[in-house]
Amino acid sequence: MTLGPHASFIVAAYIVTVVVVISMIAWILRDYAAQRRILGDLEQRGIKRRSQASRGDET
Amino acid sequence: MALIDIFNNLANPTRFLALTNRVLPWLTALTVIVLVYGLYRVAYAPDDYQQGATVKIMFLHVPAAWLAMMGWGLMAVAAFGTLVWRHPLADVAARAAAPIGAAFTFICLVTGSLWGRPMWGTYWVWDARLTSVLVLFLLYLGMLALYWTAEDPNRSARAAAILALVGAINIPIIKFSVDWWNTLHQPASVIRMGGSAIDPSILVPLLIMALAFTLLFLLLLLLNMRNEILRRRVRSMRMMQAASI
Repeated sequence: MTLGPHASFIVAAYIVTVVVVISMIAWILRDYAAQRRILGDLEQRGIKRRSQASRGDET
Repeated sequence: MALIDIFNNLANPTRFLALTNRVLPWLTALTVIVLVYGLYRVAYAPDDYQQGATVKIMFLHVPAAWLAMMGWGLMAVAAFGTLVWRHPLADVAARAAAPIGAAFTFICLVTGSLWGRPMWGTYWVWDARLTSVLVLFLLYLGMLALYWTAEDPNRSARAAAILALVGAINIPIIKFSVDWWNTLHQPASVIRMGGSAIDPSILVPLLIMALAFTLLFLLLLLLNMRNEILRRRVRSMRMMQAASI
């Protein structure tokens, strides 16, 4: 596979796409870990959501 | 009727999370397989007789452009769900789709610029297609600003839904801009009356990449919706904590 005289433009396009997609995935996974950590912390302190409190159980 | 039942079932965030957790591993595997196969087909796709190897940028640019529009279309449908049916997950879906749609629009703009420089001799031109896609990107940024600055998601949901519906006017403008105005951007060549104008040796890898990007979009959307549901749980629990003090 040869990319010809405009190889730098082609490679740059693929690099930008990979960087944006990987950044997006990393941001989402970090956010998930952060939310899980906060949720776990709140649950450990015995705080329940309104729906859990009214049922008195864990869902 | 069955479809309504599915929507009603998914209205429960706990049920939605359980379903998402079951689907995610399969969707991840499928996305990786299709993406790897798509890239393999791209690597061995022939050069275009006019554009040479720069046609390889098309395999990123076109799917990103489709998903940029699909993302906003999804937000417009979700907006309808928020305003009309008050579906609990409609705003969650719209909010989760906004940053992903913005990312794909950014990819579309940057790859388009990098394709334009060797083919048109310029990175940017203020023609109807490019400008309308830039407007879409700015609309996404506006939507993100609205979501990220609002303290209460229930209050921002209505404003965001109205913005999504108003912004949806831009989608047909993007699609038909190349027909309505004289633009430097080429006219539609994949989805058009009379069939695709692209040779199958290039069209097939393009469609596989479009499928891979769509699966990636759905995967990121589900992951981000899961985050949004957890964020709302955190908020609800903090309110319960504040009320109990």
